[in-house]
Amino acid sequence: MLTVLFDGVAYGMLLFVLACGLAVTLGVMNFINLAHGAFAMAGGYLAVALVNRAGVPFLACLPIVFIAVAVVGLAMERLVYRHVYARSHLDQVLFSIGLVFMASAMVDYTQGSAQQFVGLPAFLRVRFVTSFVSIGAYRLLIVGFCGALVLLLHYILTRTGFGARLRAAVDDPRVASGLGINVGAVFAITFAVGSGLAGIGGAMGAEILGLDPTFPLKYMVYFLIVVTVGGGAGIAGPFFAALLLGVADVAGKYYLPEVGNFVIYTLMIVALVLRPRGLFAR
Amino acid sequence: MIDRAHAALAKATRWHPWEFVFWAAVAAGWFLLPERRLLVNEIAIAGLFAMSLDLVLGYGGIVSLGHAAFFGFGAYLTGVLAKYGFTNPILDLISAAIASAALGWLSSFLVLRGSDLSRIMVTLSVSLVLFEIANRATWLTGGADGMQGLMFDPLFGSYEFDLFGSVGSAYSIIVLFLLFLAARRYIGSPFGWSVRAAAANPLRTAAIGIPVNARLIATYSFAASIAGVAGSLLAETTQFVSLDVLAFHRSADVMLMLVVGGAGWLYGGLIGALGFKLLQDWLSGITPQYWQFWVGAFLVGLVLVGRERIASWPRRLLRR
Repeated sequence: MLTVLFDGVAYGMLLFVLACGLAVTLGVMNFINLAHGAFAMAGGYLAVALVNRAGVPFLACLPIVFIAVAVVGLAMERLVYRHVYARSHLDQVLFSIGLVFMASAMVDYTQGSAQQFVGLPAFLRVRFVTSFVSIGAYRLLIVGFCGALVLLLHYILTRTGFGARLRAAVDDPRVASGLGINVGAVFAITFAVGSGLAGIGGAMGAEILGLDPTFPLKYMVYFLIVVTVGGGAGIAGPFFAALLLGVADVAGKYYLPEVGNFVIYTLMIVALVLRPRGLFAR
Repeated sequence: MIDRAHAALAKATRWHPWEFVFWAAVAAGWFLLPERRLLVNEIAIAGLFAMSLDLVLGYGGIVSLGHAAFFGFGAYLTGVLAKYGFTNPILDLISAAIASAALGWLSSFLVLRGSDLSRIMVTLSVSLVLFEIANRATWLTGGADGMQGLMFDPLFGSYEFDLFGSVGSAYSIIVLFLLFLAARRYIGSPFGWSVRAAAANPLRTAAIGIPVNARLIATYSFAASIAGVAGSLLAETTQFVSLDVLAFHRSADVMLMLVVGGAGWLYGGLIGALGFKLLQDWLSGITPQYWQFWVGAFLVGLVLVGRERIASWPRRLLRR
């Protein structure tokens, strides 16, 4: 029971790290980016290449993945995404699905369609077993790491100048730019950081979520659930939504394996119909 | 004044000469390409499906990422009916139309509220829920294996579905044409104009006394019914139903077909389906596995160049 809860929390934290970039994209620019998972996939494959082939230690590869995927995200934002912000939602959907298809096919072409695994060091494979709970060291690391990340993000968002500029841009981009805030630059940086975080999430999640070319499509719905059910910008809403989703999904798969994802999707429909602006919206 | 309104409505729904040419070409396609009738069948079904999405997206203004829900529902319903011995193809088709309309009616209440994003999410998750049901209810749907070798009675007792799709493709084309007539009538009627008004400006439309939600519900149900028929046609003519009919890529593909041909125009879906399937047939002959890459590249290019600009080409050529 506690084990399931703990695994669910770890899973939820992972989902949050994966999806928080998407929350900002949606919240700031009202941009529907279905291709967010592609950045996570890139991070995952990069981690596989670094750890398994180049022999980089797992923990050391995480910052490399973050920077690399953030740079890719920044480049993508400046080169193509920027031109699509002002378009209709239909265009955004078509555009980002197109990106997902391309990313999946490219990964399939270069890496094959088999599932990939990141070689974890031995000290992360340990399980701490007591009479009432069994905790894997790796999941403990995820909870600790992601928890610290959440606090850090919260701090940046609420206590720093950049966070203030970002919040201003979220609330009203026009007024913010009138006050001399470079909304485009703020957004580009946020997009890059969000992509980088998704990359870390992909690298850490390869073990738990599974990593193959269908990753962006398979988890697209999960990311969208975190963001829409959590509601808008801000950290708290998506974070609690991610925890809820993680615990519900793990518990559902553990106790009711024959039902599958049915419960999650149904709950999401109900949540969206009752609270179209998100469960935790202001 | 009313006379002028009548005249304007009638003018907008009058048959243009090229429309006759279009349908004559469709009929000619069946006669002239006897060895490609399986492809013709696929195109007709995809066209019907895309036309149904056009009603939702082009006319109703609802961005749906889960339109395959109704397609797959129709297909599975037909498959299950055939499995339990109800093998009359026409009756199965009608059952699929009615049941899909009912499903569309029920789920339409979910998409009335909320922004584009929550509509996308809700339509997507309706199709995912159906996918999960089809996947898990193995005793009914065959699960991941699907239902193979479904047998249907000969059409009208005398035309048996053959291996080369001759009967199947003719059947699909005829159903497509009949439903096209129905959709054309629906869209061209004053009722259809009020649907367009409801999508374009809900607030004003409500202010002049048109019930916006009722119009959207009716259109969504009608479109769902057509999508169900398309799915049912696929099940009958290929005698096979699998999870693929509910898969996400089907919803994405049909959206691509529609936007390529041009949404908000009944021929858009048909032309888009024709182009899409021909391209798929050609490209998958060259790079079978990476077809998806080209779909993606095409979508990205389409948006970056400007959808309206591209979509106006066929229309400009035909209307002039």
